[in-house]
Amino acid sequence: MSSATDINAGTTAKNYLNEKITVSSWLLTLDHKRIAVLYLVSLLAFFLIGGLAALVFRIELMTPEADILRSETYNKFFTTHGIVMIFFFLIPSIPAVLGNFLVPVMIGARDFAFPKINLASWYVFMFGGVLALVATIAGGVETGWTFYTPYSTMYANSAVILAVCGAFIAGFSSIMTGLNFIVTIHKMRAPGLTWFRLPLFIWAMYATAIVILLGTPVVAITLVMIFVERAFGFGIFDPSLGGDPVLFQHLFWFYSHPAVYIMILPAMGVVSELISCFSRRRLYGYKVIVFSSLAIAVIGFFVWGHHMFVSSQSTFAGMTFSFLTFFVAVPTALKMLNWIMTLHKGSVSLSSPMLYAFGFLGLFVIGGLTGLFLSTLATDIHLHDTYFVVAHFHYVMVGGGVMGFLGGLHFWWPKITGKTYPEGWAIFAAIVIFIGFNLTFFPQFQLGVHGMPRRYHVYPEEFQVLHIASSTGAMVLGFGYLVMAVYLIGSLITGKPAGKNPWNARGLEWETDSPPPTHNFHETPVVRHPVYAYEYASETSDEPDVTSEKNHV
Amino acid sequence: MSDSKPSYLAHHFDHLEQQKQSATLGIWLFLITEVMFFGGLFLGYIVYRGLYPEAWHTGSEKLNVILGAINTVVLIFSSLTMALAVHGAQTGSRKKTANFLLATIILGSIFLGIKAIEYHAKFFPTTDYNLIPGANFSYPAAYADQMQLFFSFYFTMTGMHAIHMVIGIGILIWLYVKALQGTYHENYYNPVEVTGLYWHFVDIVWIFLFPLLYLIGRH
Repeated sequence: MSSATDINAGTTAKNYLNEKITVSSWLLTLDHKRIAVLYLVSLLAFFLIGGLAALVFRIELMTPEADILRSETYNKFFTTHGIVMIFFFLIPSIPAVLGNFLVPVMIGARDFAFPKINLASWYVFMFGGVLALVATIAGGVETGWTFYTPYSTMYANSAVILAVCGAFIAGFSSIMTGLNFIVTIHKMRAPGLTWFRLPLFIWAMYATAIVILLGTPVVAITLVMIFVERAFGFGIFDPSLGGDPVLFQHLFWFYSHPAVYIMILPAMGVVSELISCFSRRRLYGYKVIVFSSLAIAVIGFFVWGHHMFVSSQSTFAGMTFSFLTFFVAVPTALKMLNWIMTLHKGSVSLSSPMLYAFGFLGLFVIGGLTGLFLSTLATDIHLHDTYFVVAHFHYVMVGGGVMGFLGGLHFWWPKITGKTYPEGWAIFAAIVIFIGFNLTFFPQFQLGVHGMPRRYHVYPEEFQVLHIASSTGAMVLGFGYLVMAVYLIGSLITGKPAGKNPWNARGLEWETDSPPPTHNFHETPVVRHPVYAYEYASETSDEPDVTSEKNHV
Repeated sequence: MSDSKPSYLAHHFDHLEQQKQSATLGIWLFLITEVMFFGGLFLGYIVYRGLYPEAWHTGSEKLNVILGAINTVVLIFSSLTMALAVHGAQTGSRKKTANFLLATIILGSIFLGIKAIEYHAKFFPTTDYNLIPGANFSYPAAYADQMQLFFSFYFTMTGMHAIHMVIGIGILIWLYVKALQGTYHENYYNPVEVTGLYWHFVDIVWIFLFPLLYLIGRH
């Protein structure tokens, strides 16, 4: 099949985007691809809100005095940033957008096992998100995204209940998505698609779904306890009754630490796909990466105590959690080594998605290694609740999670929209985002080591230079995102038809049209090759084209 | 996509067996999340019971063990009628399915009614002390504060359980209407079976709640 007929087929044939175009056909759709697009649009809106909140307090932090925000307002801004970015962007980002779109396509299914639950998950998510935003408008919340008791339940004078309800409800949408992933991956794979022929993105979604299913209900009941204590005055964590606020911290982090893996495992899955495609070879150590994903999902549940090294936890518990935290770094390091070994002897091309994959590798190594500083008991006493922690988790969540999301978004954009985006602008934006990110967060390591505590808007003058660097970086980062938004939206109008397989990649999603038809495949595909079979020619790509077209630098 | 598919086989499944297995796996995964959900409350219960055994013991004694025991029997019996409803659906007996679903609905409602009587007695006490946690809580003992924790957990745990019962009864009513219309038969009974598993789960939660809240420490 030549690429010319592919392009014609892509534009004239009925696909999931043009089959019906009424508003109700979108809002009542059961098609996982349309639900993914609904999620994409809503998540980008939340990302914008969370990002603007961050921009406001970064501007405030450019001087040591309070200029535009009072202390309480400052607290409300970073709380909004935290709640929106974690519960309403990072946690759903890759699973709900890319996972929703790709899981059925990648395994050759027509849809998820439970399409109605999938649609319901979006409505539930939006309901939770709107509640959280109403909380922000109706007085805001100043507890931080962690809702620590007894402040959140007894003293905070703000819309805690609304925000807690928003986070609680959003959790159900995670559970619905995770449940759909596991059942679909178990029961709906195409003929010939054995477990070890699954793309690593699917394995990552599977591991993520396990964490979602086991963790989210625990934070749900924890938020119920906060609700009961604050709304009805039932003492649960109240220390004056003999209640234990640290019990809240244990329950909260039992979910919220594994939630880090909900954010990072999907990004690792995306990076595996990108590195394989742009090195043009099967991933080195495929099974090691599979089992390390599962190992991270399991071990990730036994490290939560490292958030309580300085909150009255016993030294023995501290040492245990410290060891387990070091231990969870092992499967992560194995993945890293396998990715590097794949690049080694691969024919690497630096397309825009691959730049994000490289960004992920570099930034995530820094994020991971600084995590080891924090899991060391002695250094943590100095670094706890300083900017070092802030920098560390932003390197993991933004440097890892967001880079993975953007890399995946660029990689599958032609599949989702059927259009190509301008590669030159994409490379420019990727570089700006990388520079802006490092300029924002690298100085924060310095700030933290020198003792600048997090969550303060006034600070000694000696910290000003580093704060100005960080705030400047935030603006550069914002500019990078803006450039990306402009060319991606522009590509919807001016982009050329992408064809079935613009990257010459392997995998079932590249065997169908771009955008795919409503039922994904015209006939159920049969899988005959191992995964990432770059040694076999794909039916939808002409291998010689790959070196002569835009994919090289 | 052949036209020979029966109407009760969703379009994205290849065959009935796949649809049935998906529903079964789905409900079991959901029940795992429910175990984790209630697990958080049970953890809090264990921690505080260990810290304040005396206060929690006294708290237990203030519950109406007779009503609790009656409710336990009612709920176990409702699990039996639920299982018979599933069996009715599997064997294609429309009448049996509908009648046993109705019996389950009635038993579930009796449970909630008895629970409401218990709650009512706590909210409008005839004693000179008040066991509703919060500003008005009062009990003549040095450990009254820790007793408050007990009653916070009592109301949260039984309240969460009751919410699950209400949701379950809602689903059962919907199934009952569908069963009267003859929706379920030997080739298609997923919804009844799946709801049955949910119902049994909610019963099992009570089977744990009853001894933990009412019985432990009683002589």
